[in-house]
Amino acid sequence: MKLLYFAWLKTKTGVSEETVSPPEEVKTVADLLGWIKQRGPGFEDALADIEALRVAVNQEYAEMTDPVSAGDEVALFPPVTGG
Amino acid sequence: MIRVQREDFDLGEELRALSAGDHGIGGVASFVGLVRDMAGGEKVGAMMLEHYPGMTEKMLGRIEAEALERWPLNASLIIHRYGRLEPGDQIVLVATASPHREAALESCHFLIDWLKTKAPFWKLEDTPDGGQWVDARDSDGDAAARWIKQPTSE
Repeated sequence: MKLLYFAWLKTKTGVSEETVSPPEEVKTVADLLGWIKQRGPGFEDALADIEALRVAVNQEYAEMTDPVSAGDEVALFPPVTGG
Repeated sequence: MIRVQREDFDLGEELRALSAGDHGIGGVASFVGLVRDMAGGEKVGAMMLEHYPGMTEKMLGRIEAEALERWPLNASLIIHRYGRLEPGDQIVLVATASPHREAALESCHFLIDWLKTKAPFWKLEDTPDGGQWVDARDSDGDAAARWIKQPTSE
């Protein structure tokens, strides 16, 4: 699974892109965020307020209950501020 | 048409090209977003505009398709820049062309409102205290929400 981090998610985690293999029990976006969060202080800090995050799975906005699987590209970022 | 690019664009040239050769077009509406030198009462220098390559084009394409479905448009264009931008620089251009002004003006307004809440771009502003990620504003969400209703012109 490919994880991408943008804006302050990237600053706080210190990672812009990584390939991970979460355990089998990680089945949804919410599961994945919970798993990422316990990987270290930077991740815990970045994911402290889940409400402040937006998640895209394979470049589509996703909900917490949406499924994730091994080949997915999952991106974590704050609400967008373009335009 | 969608373009996501680092380079600046020539407004006059883009608008001329949009309606060139189509004499059924009666009006072209456009919105140009510029970098301000103030944000939240604070002086801001340059900014970095970050984006999610791939998803950005996908979302912009979908927003444009939605406009084409809702309004009778002969042509449309979205250009969004990324990278380092200075105050006064052009960030975004939205332009729509239609036989009539209502469709052009409304769809242009729709495109910029939807783009601001859906296209994955993030602004990092240079401030006297260092780089600050810009927070999303609730008012942008409200501006986009009004377009969830069908347009009244139809």
